Amino acid sequence: MQIATSSEFKRNAHDALADVGLQKALARSGTSFIARRAAAVAALPEFEALREEARAIKDHTLAHLDFYLEAYAARVTAAGGTVHWCTDAAEARAVVLAICQEAGARTVTKGKSMISEELGINEHLERHGIVPVETDLGEYILQVRHETPSHIIAPAFHLNREDWEASFRAAHTDLPADRVFHERRDILTEARSRLREKFLAADVGITGANFLVAETGSSVIVTNEGNGDLTQTLPKVHIALASIEKVVPTLEDCMSLLRVLARSATGQDFSVYTTFSTGARRPGDLDGPEAYHVVIVDNGRSGMLGSEFQPMLRCIRCAACMNHCPVYGAVGGHAYGWVYPGPMGSVLTPALIGVDQAGLLPGASTFCGKCESVCPVKIPLPNLMRHWREREFERHLTPVGQRSNLALWAFVAKRPALYRALTRVAAFGLRSLAGRRGRLAHVPLAGGWTAGRDLPAPEGDTFFARYARAQRAGRVA
Amino acid sequence: MSAAGTSKDAMLTAIRRGLRRRPLPEDQAFALRARLAAHPRHVIPARSRLDHAGQVALFAANVEKEFGSVVRVDDLAGVPAAVADYLAAQNLPGQFVIAPHPGLRAIDWSSRPLLRFREGRAEATDAVAIQHGFAGIAETGTLMLPSAPERPTTLNLLAEAAIVVLAADRVVGAYEEAWDLLRAEMGGMPRNVMLVTGPSRSADIEQALELGAHGPRRLHVVLVGG
Repeated sequence: MQIATSSEFKRNAHDALADVGLQKALARSGTSFIARRAAAVAALPEFEALREEARAIKDHTLAHLDFYLEAYAARVTAAGGTVHWCTDAAEARAVVLAICQEAGARTVTKGKSMISEELGINEHLERHGIVPVETDLGEYILQVRHETPSHIIAPAFHLNREDWEASFRAAHTDLPADRVFHERRDILTEARSRLREKFLAADVGITGANFLVAETGSSVIVTNEGNGDLTQTLPKVHIALASIEKVVPTLEDCMSLLRVLARSATGQDFSVYTTFSTGARRPGDLDGPEAYHVVIVDNGRSGMLGSEFQPMLRCIRCAACMNHCPVYGAVGGHAYGWVYPGPMGSVLTPALIGVDQAGLLPGASTFCGKCESVCPVKIPLPNLMRHWREREFERHLTPVGQRSNLALWAFVAKRPALYRALTRVAAFGLRSLAGRRGRLAHVPLAGGWTAGRDLPAPEGDTFFARYARAQRAGRVA
Repeated sequence: MSAAGTSKDAMLTAIRRGLRRRPLPEDQAFALRARLAAHPRHVIPARSRLDHAGQVALFAANVEKEFGSVVRVDDLAGVPAAVADYLAAQNLPGQFVIAPHPGLRAIDWSSRPLLRFREGRAEATDAVAIQHGFAGIAETGTLMLPSAPERPTTLNLLAEAAIVVLAADRVVGAYEEAWDLLRAEMGGMPRNVMLVTGPSRSADIEQALELGAHGPRRLHVVLVGG
């Protein structure tokens, strides 16, 4: 399982800002997702109505989650599949390993799956002599580089083309020295041919699931490359990993969510491959797996039900929040220190690994509200981050200096006369310091702020003073 | 099995503790079962609410928008020429694997004696595969390809070029209409249903789109009839 470094967010962010390659990648990719989503949304007049409906479908399902999970599991069993219920990551890892061992698996192909990252499936299989092969192009290069995803739908978001070429040359040692990777297409062709061999040799294929459909007992994956489909079609055994909140009632409910998913994620109207898997190979079928397993995992989610964080379980993992986040755009995904980055990670990570570990993440926000405004299931992300901040404060996890500063501020803010007197002095003082430039390059105790930009000086007066003057002059009521 | 049963019970108990209730009372469970059985539709985008000719045109336009290609022929007799012309134009070999579907077996290939083919599932060495399309969805130019003995899934995935022969009268407006066709004609849910929108692609390298990742690099739809 990935070791969390979320408690080191400040140092991670500092390092990220100084990472030239990362900053190049962030600058290049930052706006492309935003523009593509905006175009897709603009082309669909019903988008806002669909968002509202998507939220309602998820809320309905969560309110009846026990019922829909049982209904789903009954349909899977009726279709000849096997459902494994797992309370935590250790249980899920053991179940996956046991299925692979029973199949006599030597290699396992993997479709891109964030829950697999969360559970630490790859490391567990490797420890037991089974070779996991990531087949999503982005995940594949990260496996070669021994890195983790920095984005939930574009795992190699932090890499540049030269990184890809260098990693391919290092890993594929049989490449002729004159083999060129001038174009992105050359890289894609190389990966395609390498992974073809892996697909054909694998004994088990492991995918995630974007949705589980209770009506039919189907697991649904959404991909553009087709790797997930090869993963679940070619080996003898298919294992689908899914957390409890992935279930939806019907195919119609699923389609409504799919209509907002791709548009919010990549700005496509629909992803290339949206595939519904239901049970194992049927009589007469010429292909498909002989065994079909679904591993349903809680791993901390049931604890969010009934709490102020329940709306987070609506998340369909589109990544729109991180694509639009100024903090993610500045530091990238690895700084968040665990599996899920960006605003959704800042809310989910404290719930899954503890606010003591991840308490800094909800603070890594400008509270601009962009994440909530683009969320296809309308999760109130800034509000939920605020709840975590309150919990962190209540549990005295906030550093002493910050607590005493807040206490001092509260003392002053609760005494209006004192507050006005102090702000008057501060406004006058800053104005005098700024002189005719009207800006301050250095301010005592605010070196962190002025290191990157000047502080515009106050006009020399406070709002209250100006308002009182305007009142006297009869310009405001 | 006992351990699995324990975890299942523990998870359902934890969920109910969060929701602050016991298992649903029978009247509520009945209402939810009725919702599953009725599978009500939600908002359906107006863009596909057209007459049938309009839906076929929208379907074709959306396939092309997603980097696929479409050719229209009057009847099955026109399929061999359409396939041969496409393979020649794309510089692909005149050899393919084709779905053992009655709708495709009705095609008389004798007019194109140079085309070589076999029926069955696709193998990694196949350059071209021809699949039988179950339905086309105009809303986003999406093909519905359910698995069956006569419609192997590998035909959608392994070849360099995937060709889908689709009767134009199987084009519908929205996804929901295609699911209703499937429910009516196939009874239960097939093992695998792929909704395919254009050829395989990836944007994992520098977020720039490249066609032809692990699935077919080309997707060609032969629309039969009007």
